Amino acid sequence: MRLSTGTRIAALAAATALVASACSGGGDGDTGDGAEAAGPVELTFWTWAPNMEKVVDLWNADHPDVQVTVNKQDGGDPAVTKLLTAIKAGSGAPDIMQAEYQKIPQLVSADALADISGTLGDDVAGHFADGVWNAVTLGSDAVYAVPQDSGPMQFYYRADVFADLGIDVPTTWDEYAAAAATIHEKDPEMYLGTFSANDAGWFTGLTQQAGASWYGIDGDAWVVDVDSDATRKVAEYWGGLVEDGVIDNKPMYTPEWNAALNDGTQVGWLSAIWAPGVLAGNAADTAGSWEMAPMPQWDANAPATGTWGGSATGVTSQSEHPEQAAEFITWLNTDPAAVQALVDESGIYPADVPASTEALSDPPEFFSNQPDFYEVAAQTAGTVQPFTYGPNINVAFSAYNDEFAKATKAKKATAFVDAVEAMQRITLDDLKSSGFNVSE
Amino acid sequence: MTMLSSPSAGPVPGGSAAVPDGEGSVSRGRSGRRSAGERPSAVATGILLLGALYCLLPVVWVVVASTKSGSELFSTFTFAPSTHLLDNVADLDAYRDGLFWRWMANTALYAGVGALLSTLVSAMAGYGLAKYTFAGKNTVFNLLLAGVLVPAIVLAIPQYLLLAELELTNTYWSVLLPSIVSPYGIYLARIYAGASVPDEIVEAARTDGAGESRTFFQVAVPMMVPGLVTVFLFQFVAIWNNFMLPYIMLGDDRLFPITVGLSGLLNQGASQPALYTLVITGALLSIIPLVALFLTLQRFWRVDLAAGAVKS
Repeated sequence: MRLSTGTRIAALAAATALVASACSGGGDGDTGDGAEAAGPVELTFWTWAPNMEKVVDLWNADHPDVQVTVNKQDGGDPAVTKLLTAIKAGSGAPDIMQAEYQKIPQLVSADALADISGTLGDDVAGHFADGVWNAVTLGSDAVYAVPQDSGPMQFYYRADVFADLGIDVPTTWDEYAAAAATIHEKDPEMYLGTFSANDAGWFTGLTQQAGASWYGIDGDAWVVDVDSDATRKVAEYWGGLVEDGVIDNKPMYTPEWNAALNDGTQVGWLSAIWAPGVLAGNAADTAGSWEMAPMPQWDANAPATGTWGGSATGVTSQSEHPEQAAEFITWLNTDPAAVQALVDESGIYPADVPASTEALSDPPEFFSNQPDFYEVAAQTAGTVQPFTYGPNINVAFSAYNDEFAKATKAKKATAFVDAVEAMQRITLDDLKSSGFNVSE
Repeated sequence: MTMLSSPSAGPVPGGSAAVPDGEGSVSRGRSGRRSAGERPSAVATGILLLGALYCLLPVVWVVVASTKSGSELFSTFTFAPSTHLLDNVADLDAYRDGLFWRWMANTALYAGVGALLSTLVSAMAGYGLAKYTFAGKNTVFNLLLAGVLVPAIVLAIPQYLLLAELELTNTYWSVLLPSIVSPYGIYLARIYAGASVPDEIVEAARTDGAGESRTFFQVAVPMMVPGLVTVFLFQFVAIWNNFMLPYIMLGDDRLFPITVGLSGLLNQGASQPALYTLVITGALLSIIPLVALFLTLQRFWRVDLAAGAVKS
């Protein structure tokens, strides 16, 4: 429930930190009525979900008055940077924007997202899990986006290799470390996983599972809590595995990593619910040999997991048609036909609870060997731990990339803990120098 | 984007030969003398071969990799070709109803029109700076030199903010307009006009009654052609390979040039696999027009100083 006071802070942040808001605030619906008479309302939609235009075609066919155009963007950070530049410049932003959950506080504090609470139906909130809904309201009465997909984390592993080596699926982190050691001992080329200094979202999810929350609220001030006991525990654990050499230290999503997935030298991946799509794209020939299990646990009696990825769809503050845009994103993320299309065409794990049970009956094709795939997934999704993102999460993430790149190269557990300390310092300094009210 | 820029590495030394006083002509003279008796040095040949390998290997890699299917790409030997080139091209063609071809056409438009206009502006400005005397001429030229030193990438964000004021971002103009002015092109044109268009000819044209614009277009420009081809090719390649400017300016993916479009296929976010085979095949297809352009325009460089009409 740390989120619950988030918005007061976010609103405060918007008021204090934003210098360039004067030119961007004017667009909210002032000109909407005039333009409607001239013909169909044209909305642009920045997204990186594949085949989103096919989902949008369904809407366009039924709504001749509100036509949506998809502009596919680079995934994640680049799209946000581009949006913030457009907001600062005062023009050039789309009407509708896909944004990862961790970016929402940053976008709200830059006044990039419009509050659509006035135009949303009362029943929309009921479609989503509380934690997910909190991420788009920041705990306030305002609504800055409608959740699109979520990414609860699980453990993916090569079931055939595990069977060959006679290893049980690890259920705790101790067992995970033991399994990693056994695998690497049997074949020095083979690793159970890798510690990736390129994927801050992945590490965030691991610390979230351990109970960390990198930001917090204290009265009317932000707290930066990257350097917490939970984060240190996770960093030390992985630093130890890398130091022992039983876990690889190369980043994910590189051609090298892809090759390792293909030739079976990476036999496990701590990933999220969207992993089947990535595995199918990068290592198609290994289909049928992977299985999914809940994450290894710190405390086997209190199962927990984090999230990696997941995003919402919001209306930008530059949109001249916020009402129609809000209507569209509600349809996109809660209408059963739209959610079904999101699953079929874009391959996402929808955030909408009622529609997703229907849409996710069969396992993904790549995991057809595991009929209970989505049952296990739903079970893990229920154990996602609360986590608060702050307005300069981009700084924390880039500090992660820089500091952990050094630590993974050094291959020392102490260097991993140092990296966490450096992240804390960099994030805190930036938040203060950006003019936010920060409590230490 | 190194794959895209590697073919341009070849012709650049040729480009300097087009500058009349450049090193090209000097080294040619030296090597001419040496070839009379000495054999070429084995060391020099070795170093040049290494350089050639360095430039050509990435191209070979792109050609080989584009023949592989998605699963072969990361599992077979790097330089072992496969048979899936046509499948990959078909996949690329099918991607979002042939959006790739639209990106190709956009790049051709940005690079073609941008380089033509840029060459025209450079020729006029360079000729003006070389052949006229006016107050502040040296200041203008010095500012220009300073402009050559500022990388275009630094200007992308200020240009975005300026064009946003005019509401021109996310249009073809937002990429074309900043591409038209090239300090380096003007600098090159000024040097070339100064060296290849003798004052006497300009005087003679004036004496014969030609106006200033006629003197420029019908007398000076033909003499400057080799230099202008260099400026054109230089700008063409620079715009063709440009990433930052269109990346910042454009939100509509139907306006994207190849570079930004292909980068989008690679950066699909953590939850999607990167479309490596499409990107590699796209990179291969995108260098074909560049190679063709260089092969056809190369002969203009050889014209060199034959344009001189008076002895001086």
